[in-house]
Amino acid sequence: MKRTVLKSSIAGIALMAATGAAWADKANDTLRIAFTKELENVDSYFNSSREGVVLQRAVWDGLIYRDPVTNEYKGNLATEWTWIDDTTIEFKLREDVTFHDGSAFTADDVVYTVNFVADEANGVKTQRNVNWMKSAEKVDDFTVRIMLKEKFPAAIEFLSGPVSIYPSDYYAEVGPEGMGLKPVGTGPYKVVDVTPGQHFVLEKNEAYHDSPKGQPTIGNVDIRTIPDVNTQIAELFSGTLDMIWQVPSDQAEKLSQMDQFTVANESTMRVGYLAMDAAGRSGEGPFTDLRVRQAVNHAINREELVEALLKGKSQVISTPCFPSQFGCDVEAAVSYDYDPEKAKALLAEAGYPDGFTTDFYAYRDREYAEAISSYLNAVGIQTNFKMLQYSALRELNMKGETPISFQTWGSYSVNDASAMVSQFFKHGSLDDARDDETLGYLEIADSSTDPEVRKENYTKAIERITEQAFWAPMFSYNTNYVHTKDVAYTPTADEVLRFTTMSWN
Amino acid sequence: MLQFILKRLGLAVLVAFTVSFISFSLLFLSGDPAAALAGETASGEDIEALRRLYGFDRPMLVQYGEWLLSALQGDFGESYYFKLPVASLIAERLSVTMLLGVCGISFALLTAVPLGVVAAIRPNSIIDRVALFLSVAGQAMPSFWFGLILIVVFAIQLGWLPPSGTATWKHFIMPTIVLGYYAMPAIMRLTRAGMLDVLSSDYIRTARAKGANETRVMFRHALRNAIIPVVSLAAVQMGFMLGGSIVVESIFALHGAGYLAWESIARNDLPTVQALILIFSMFYIVFTFLADVLNAWLDPRMRSS
Repeated sequence: MKRTVLKSSIAGIALMAATGAAWADKANDTLRIAFTKELENVDSYFNSSREGVVLQRAVWDGLIYRDPVTNEYKGNLATEWTWIDDTTIEFKLREDVTFHDGSAFTADDVVYTVNFVADEANGVKTQRNVNWMKSAEKVDDFTVRIMLKEKFPAAIEFLSGPVSIYPSDYYAEVGPEGMGLKPVGTGPYKVVDVTPGQHFVLEKNEAYHDSPKGQPTIGNVDIRTIPDVNTQIAELFSGTLDMIWQVPSDQAEKLSQMDQFTVANESTMRVGYLAMDAAGRSGEGPFTDLRVRQAVNHAINREELVEALLKGKSQVISTPCFPSQFGCDVEAAVSYDYDPEKAKALLAEAGYPDGFTTDFYAYRDREYAEAISSYLNAVGIQTNFKMLQYSALRELNMKGETPISFQTWGSYSVNDASAMVSQFFKHGSLDDARDDETLGYLEIADSSTDPEVRKENYTKAIERITEQAFWAPMFSYNTNYVHTKDVAYTPTADEVLRFTTMSWN
Repeated sequence: MLQFILKRLGLAVLVAFTVSFISFSLLFLSGDPAAALAGETASGEDIEALRRLYGFDRPMLVQYGEWLLSALQGDFGESYYFKLPVASLIAERLSVTMLLGVCGISFALLTAVPLGVVAAIRPNSIIDRVALFLSVAGQAMPSFWFGLILIVVFAIQLGWLPPSGTATWKHFIMPTIVLGYYAMPAIMRLTRAGMLDVLSSDYIRTARAKGANETRVMFRHALRNAIIPVVSLAAVQMGFMLGGSIVVESIFALHGAGYLAWESIARNDLPTVQALILIFSMFYIVFTFLADVLNAWLDPRMRSS
């Protein structure tokens, strides 16, 4: 859909027409909320959508929980955990937890879930969430061990995020397809109805255990998929929705001027950056020269991009990771000021006094990419701008055929630098730097269990990456949450809607 | 007549296969299906694993042949995205689209034909001008804009109708109007032109001369003849509407077949896209075929051509 055209903004028209007829469904204790994207499968191991993460946190629990504000790890289904050795973690489990179908939660559920998802043949969609686990074994009914394939210090972070525990008997019987249609977990909300991709109805789990997620207060949550943001806003106006999120900044600005809505802006972990072919995978191009890459970094006015386009809580980013991530040392990064003259001088020094022409790719946020493109043009780098479907660009990336591209990465909300830096700089198919020194640091950082050693080596990697200007990091993204005055909610910086922290005013 | 029907039928089947083969090839050109399937958070290794799992590494012709073989047996496979059987997924969505299509074409016919007739009876009158204005506006207004305006007026300002969804019959009123309005102008102009043509013909004059009353002349003699091209136009429009309207379904959050097709293309969900294209082209072919047969039946001269 031509969202940019559609942005013509129902909010503006509605402002004139405003009647304030909002009657929220507080009376029925039902929070009505919209998803934009059709969720493929509620089974969280078989989707890779933001919407899926939202449902996952509501329906299931992990062994561990990370407080989204303090970033402190707390026990959830596990009460305590200890590293037996570098590749074995032992968990003591809670004994008072039952699944939504009434079955009791025991070590068998952990063993079954881990063994199922860790087996590549079962086709879990986001392999990096689970492929560091080898297997699990039961010690007794409420003690379980998870074995890692190799040292993986981010294990605790992953166990507090994407790894949730499923009921063994039920999952063995119905599989991912059945779980997607009739999900059963231990979480604060039970799923009472699913129309795949379109409609999800949740109900408060009255028997929810004493979890750090907090007890649910809102009785029912009714989620409909409404693809067009203007329609979502119309629903909000006519009082048939209570909350929408991921609202574009221009719409959110208009809505914030109205009394009946609360607009909250919060940053997300998504970072936008320019990837450059420093290794010359697409041929001996200009980006193999350090000075050209530095020139690109100096050419772009990131402050202006943030102020004029992204707005809200977006920030200028100089690191190849999101600042809140463990190991993402902002101090270590070399930051390049906006200095077009210097950029031109660097280009001249590199042998391009009149600049050069290059293909420039992007897959989302055309307006950001076009703004970046015009900054590059201003210092003499002419761009053939090509907007591709995500899958098509990814394919070119993997073949090493993109000299420079505007990319973004959301780290799957994992608060550890390995989720971003290590994803792109360890000589994988998407690594256009292929730098051995960086690889060396990252290998130590990714496999050490000593936090200090990890920090030190991520710092070195970040220093190296930014000194060499392999990327031009740009900015972080933000998202807008809009809800009626009847709803109380404070969003967190990880773009996960948490129903347990929502209540009626 | 039978020979004509068989010839047309054979051609229709060939068209269906050609469409499905071309679309299959185009999907492969538009991007790596494994990468689309894996989603944004996947790593290179994830994508490799998926490529092997789904056999995207095999030659395209082999993959097409395999698909065709099972499709002929009624098995459209499983959606890569939803992990559900494509047949049940489409059946669910198609019912929404079909309901909308039938409502849309009925709305278009019920408004366009009377307006066209009235406009033809009194050419250049106020009614004719109004009808002309309506049809020009219908052609000129993008349906996403028209849809939003209806939502603002009837859902937000007046609060008479729900803005989006499919829960009750009320939810279908605005989408029907938007979809139907798009088909209306052509039908109306064709009715008007046909009526004007027929009304000036000899047999109408004869009918009037023998003393038939005006209503009888209009409906028994004139409209019956003028409506022939309208019927075939409406059949083609119906084919279009059953193919779903991406814009209307998206704005009114209807989750019909058109929106499913659009989204499935972006997700490179090959089995779903293939099945939908086959079904859409079938609709189109069936309705065009029916229109051809209808015309041939009404007008024997067309059978030989």
